[in-house]
Amino acid sequence: MKKTTKKQTESIVIRTMSRIMIPFIQLFGLYVIIHGEASPGGGFQGGVILGTSIILLAIVFDLREAERRMPWKVITAFMCVGLLIYSGIGLLDLLSGGAYLEYTKLPLPLPAHEISALSILFVEIGIGITVMAVIILLFYYLVGDQNAS
Amino acid sequence: MIYQLDLLLLLFLVVCAIMAVRLKDLLDSIIVLAVYSLIMALVWVEMNAPDVAFTEAAVGAGVTTFLFIATLVKTVRREKE
Repeated sequence: MKKTTKKQTESIVIRTMSRIMIPFIQLFGLYVIIHGEASPGGGFQGGVILGTSIILLAIVFDLREAERRMPWKVITAFMCVGLLIYSGIGLLDLLSGGAYLEYTKLPLPLPAHEISALSILFVEIGIGITVMAVIILLFYYLVGDQNAS
Repeated sequence: MIYQLDLLLLLFLVVCAIMAVRLKDLLDSIIVLAVYSLIMALVWVEMNAPDVAFTEAAVGAGVTTFLFIATLVKTVRREKE
Protein backbone atom coordinates (compact mmCIF):
# COMPACT_ATOMS: atom_id res chain seq x y z
CA MET A 1 0.00 0.00 0.00
CA LYS A 2 1.22 3.44 -0.79
CA LYS A 3 2.42 5.56 2.04
CA THR A 4 0.70 8.81 2.83
CA THR A 5 3.12 11.60 3.39
CA LYS A 6 2.71 13.97 6.26
CA LYS A 7 2.74 16.94 3.92
CA GLN A 8 -0.45 17.95 2.17
CA THR A 9 -0.05 16.66 -1.34
CA GLU A 10 -2.95 18.34 -3.11
CA SER A 11 -2.43 21.64 -4.86
CA ILE A 12 -3.12 24.92 -3.13
CA VAL A 13 -6.08 25.64 -5.42
CA ILE A 14 -7.93 22.51 -4.31
CA ARG A 15 -7.07 23.10 -0.66
CA THR A 16 -8.20 26.72 -0.66
CA MET A 17 -11.37 26.03 -2.62
CA SER A 18 -12.45 23.18 -0.36
CA ARG A 19 -11.58 25.22 2.71
CA ILE A 20 -14.02 27.83 1.40
CA MET A 21 -16.63 25.35 0.16
CA ILE A 22 -16.92 22.97 3.12
CA PRO A 23 -18.79 25.40 5.45
CA PHE A 24 -21.26 26.19 2.69
CA ILE A 25 -21.80 22.49 1.98
CA GLN A 26 -22.52 21.95 5.67
CA LEU A 27 -24.84 24.94 5.76
CA PHE A 28 -26.71 23.56 2.77
CA GLY A 29 -26.98 20.20 4.49
CA LEU A 30 -28.48 21.85 7.56
CA TYR A 31 -30.90 23.76 5.36
CA VAL A 32 -31.97 20.55 3.64
CA ILE A 33 -32.57 18.85 6.99
CA ILE A 34 -34.47 21.71 8.62
CA HIS A 35 -36.44 22.77 5.57
CA GLY A 36 -37.09 19.19 4.53
CA GLU A 37 -40.75 18.95 5.43
CA ALA A 38 -41.79 21.83 3.21
CA SER A 39 -39.49 21.34 0.23
CA PRO A 40 -37.58 18.49 -1.42
CA GLY A 41 -35.05 16.97 0.90
CA GLY A 42 -35.19 15.67 4.41
CA GLY A 43 -33.15 13.98 7.07
CA PHE A 44 -31.54 11.36 4.88
CA GLN A 45 -30.43 13.69 2.08
CA GLY A 46 -29.19 16.36 4.45
CA GLY A 47 -27.29 13.77 6.46
CA VAL A 48 -25.62 12.48 3.32
CA ILE A 49 -24.60 16.02 2.37
CA LEU A 50 -23.18 16.66 5.85
CA GLY A 51 -21.25 13.38 5.71
CA THR A 52 -19.94 14.20 2.24
CA SER A 53 -18.43 17.44 3.53
CA ILE A 54 -16.32 15.49 6.03
CA ILE A 55 -15.36 13.00 3.29
CA LEU A 56 -14.25 15.93 1.13
CA LEU A 57 -12.15 17.18 4.04
CA ALA A 58 -10.52 13.76 4.35
CA ILE A 59 -9.82 13.51 0.61
CA VAL A 60 -8.33 16.96 0.19
CA PHE A 61 -6.37 17.13 3.42
CA ASP A 62 -5.56 13.96 5.29
CA LEU A 63 -7.49 11.24 6.99
CA ARG A 64 -5.77 12.29 10.21
CA GLU A 65 -7.13 15.80 9.81
CA ALA A 66 -10.66 14.47 9.37
CA GLU A 67 -10.22 12.16 12.34
CA ARG A 68 -9.00 15.10 14.40
CA ARG A 69 -12.08 17.15 13.49
CA MET A 70 -14.45 14.19 13.78
CA PRO A 71 -13.02 11.52 16.09
CA TRP A 72 -14.36 7.96 16.20
CA LYS A 73 -15.89 8.45 19.64
CA VAL A 74 -17.81 11.53 18.52
CA ILE A 75 -19.13 9.69 15.47
CA THR A 76 -20.29 6.75 17.57
CA ALA A 77 -21.96 9.15 20.00
CA PHE A 78 -23.67 10.99 17.11
CA MET A 79 -24.96 7.70 15.74
CA CYS A 80 -26.47 6.72 19.07
CA VAL A 81 -27.86 10.20 19.82
CA GLY A 82 -29.63 10.40 16.45
CA LEU A 83 -31.21 7.00 16.95
CA LEU A 84 -32.21 8.02 20.49
CA ILE A 85 -33.89 11.21 19.25
CA TYR A 86 -35.84 9.28 16.63
CA SER A 87 -36.95 6.42 18.84
CA GLY A 88 -37.41 8.71 21.85
CA ILE A 89 -40.02 10.77 20.04
CA GLY A 90 -41.71 7.57 18.93
CA LEU A 91 -41.73 6.29 22.51
CA LEU A 92 -43.04 9.62 23.82
CA ASP A 93 -45.97 9.29 21.44
CA LEU A 94 -46.44 5.75 22.62
CA LEU A 95 -46.40 6.89 26.27
CA SER A 96 -48.94 9.64 25.65
CA GLY A 97 -51.49 7.23 24.33
CA GLY A 98 -51.02 7.16 20.58
CA ALA A 99 -49.41 4.76 18.19
CA TYR A 100 -45.66 4.76 17.51
CA LEU A 101 -44.80 8.11 15.84
CA GLU A 102 -48.41 9.31 16.03
CA TYR A 103 -47.42 12.89 16.71
CA THR A 104 -50.76 14.52 17.44
CA LYS A 105 -51.25 12.72 20.76
CA LEU A 106 -48.39 14.57 22.46
CA PRO A 107 -49.72 16.60 25.43
CA LEU A 108 -48.41 20.00 24.36
CA PRO A 109 -50.39 23.27 24.54
CA LEU A 110 -50.24 23.74 20.76
CA PRO A 111 -52.54 23.06 17.79
CA ALA A 112 -52.28 19.57 16.37
CA HIS A 113 -50.57 20.52 13.13
CA GLU A 114 -47.90 22.50 14.99
CA ILE A 115 -47.14 19.53 17.27
CA SER A 116 -46.89 17.37 14.17
CA ALA A 117 -44.54 19.81 12.40
CA LEU A 118 -42.35 20.16 15.51
CA SER A 119 -42.12 16.38 15.99
CA ILE A 120 -41.31 15.83 12.32
CA LEU A 121 -38.54 18.42 12.60
CA PHE A 122 -36.96 16.59 15.53
CA VAL A 123 -37.32 13.22 13.82
CA GLU A 124 -35.63 14.62 10.72
CA ILE A 125 -32.79 16.00 12.84
CA GLY A 126 -32.34 12.57 14.41
CA ILE A 127 -32.29 10.85 11.02
CA GLY A 128 -29.82 13.43 9.70
CA ILE A 129 -27.39 13.00 12.59
CA THR A 130 -27.47 9.21 12.29
CA VAL A 131 -27.03 9.16 8.51
CA MET A 132 -24.13 11.63 8.70
CA ALA A 133 -22.37 9.52 11.32
CA VAL A 134 -22.89 6.27 9.43
CA ILE A 135 -21.63 7.73 6.13
CA ILE A 136 -18.46 9.03 7.81
CA LEU A 137 -18.03 5.73 9.65
CA LEU A 138 -18.30 3.73 6.40
CA PHE A 139 -15.65 5.98 4.91
CA TYR A 140 -13.33 5.58 7.90
CA TYR A 141 -13.68 1.82 7.86
CA LEU A 142 -12.95 1.60 4.13
CA VAL A 143 -10.01 3.99 4.02
CA GLY A 144 -8.58 4.12 7.53
CA ASP A 145 -7.37 0.54 7.61
CA GLN A 146 -5.24 1.02 4.52
CA ASN A 147 -3.55 4.11 5.95
CA ALA A 148 -2.74 2.34 9.20
CA SER A 149 -0.76 -0.43 7.52
CA MET B 1 -43.02 16.96 -19.67
CA ILE B 2 -40.86 17.58 -22.70
CA TYR B 3 -40.85 14.39 -24.71
CA GLN B 4 -37.73 15.18 -26.73
CA LEU B 5 -35.73 15.83 -23.56
CA ASP B 6 -37.10 12.66 -21.98
CA LEU B 7 -36.14 10.63 -25.02
CA LEU B 8 -32.64 12.10 -25.05
CA LEU B 9 -32.13 11.46 -21.33
CA LEU B 10 -33.37 7.89 -21.57
CA LEU B 11 -31.09 7.28 -24.56
CA PHE B 12 -28.11 8.56 -22.56
CA LEU B 13 -29.23 6.38 -19.66
CA VAL B 14 -29.24 3.21 -21.76
CA VAL B 15 -25.88 4.07 -23.31
CA CYS B 16 -24.35 4.68 -19.86
CA ALA B 17 -25.80 1.46 -18.48
CA ILE B 18 -24.41 -0.61 -21.33
CA MET B 19 -21.02 1.12 -21.11
CA ALA B 20 -20.83 0.56 -17.33
CA VAL B 21 -21.29 -3.16 -17.87
CA ARG B 22 -19.10 -3.55 -20.95
CA LEU B 23 -16.03 -1.49 -19.99
CA LYS B 24 -12.93 -3.48 -19.07
CA ASP B 25 -11.40 -0.89 -16.73
CA LEU B 26 -13.26 -0.85 -13.43
CA LEU B 27 -12.40 2.80 -12.71
CA ASP B 28 -13.98 3.81 -16.01
CA SER B 29 -16.97 1.70 -15.05
CA ILE B 30 -17.33 3.58 -11.77
CA ILE B 31 -17.15 6.98 -13.45
CA VAL B 32 -19.73 5.94 -16.03
CA LEU B 33 -21.94 4.70 -13.19
CA ALA B 34 -21.71 8.15 -11.57
CA VAL B 35 -22.78 9.71 -14.87
CA TYR B 36 -25.63 7.21 -14.97
CA SER B 37 -26.73 8.37 -11.52
CA LEU B 38 -26.64 12.02 -12.52
CA ILE B 39 -28.74 11.38 -15.62
CA MET B 40 -31.09 9.28 -13.54
CA ALA B 41 -31.47 12.24 -11.15
CA LEU B 42 -32.37 14.45 -14.12
CA VAL B 43 -34.94 11.87 -15.17
CA TRP B 44 -36.43 11.88 -11.67
CA VAL B 45 -36.72 15.68 -11.76
CA GLU B 46 -38.33 15.41 -15.18
CA MET B 47 -40.85 12.96 -13.72
CA ASN B 48 -41.75 15.46 -10.93
CA ALA B 49 -40.07 13.54 -8.14
CA PRO B 50 -37.49 16.02 -6.80
CA ASP B 51 -37.17 14.18 -3.50
CA VAL B 52 -35.99 11.00 -5.14
CA ALA B 53 -33.78 13.03 -7.46
CA PHE B 54 -32.15 14.61 -4.42
CA THR B 55 -31.40 11.20 -2.95
CA GLU B 56 -30.13 9.90 -6.27
CA ALA B 57 -27.78 12.85 -6.75
CA ALA B 58 -26.46 12.78 -3.19
CA VAL B 59 -26.11 9.04 -2.71
CA GLY B 60 -25.81 7.64 -6.23
CA ALA B 61 -23.45 10.18 -7.69
CA GLY B 62 -21.67 11.23 -4.51
CA VAL B 63 -21.22 8.66 -1.80
CA THR B 64 -21.56 5.44 -3.81
CA THR B 65 -18.93 6.56 -6.30
CA PHE B 66 -16.53 7.32 -3.55
CA LEU B 67 -17.17 4.05 -1.73
CA PHE B 68 -16.64 2.14 -4.99
CA ILE B 69 -13.33 3.92 -5.59
CA ALA B 70 -12.20 3.27 -2.03
CA THR B 71 -13.03 -0.40 -2.55
CA LEU B 72 -11.28 -0.45 -5.91
CA VAL B 73 -8.04 0.75 -4.29
CA LYS B 74 -7.98 -2.52 -2.33
CA THR B 75 -8.53 -4.77 -5.35
CA VAL B 76 -7.16 -5.01 -8.88
CA ARG B 77 -8.33 -2.52 -11.43
CA ARG B 78 -8.42 -4.61 -14.57
CA GLU B 79 -9.69 -8.13 -14.98
CA LYS B 80 -7.18 -10.65 -16.23
CA GLU B 81 -7.61 -11.64 -19.84
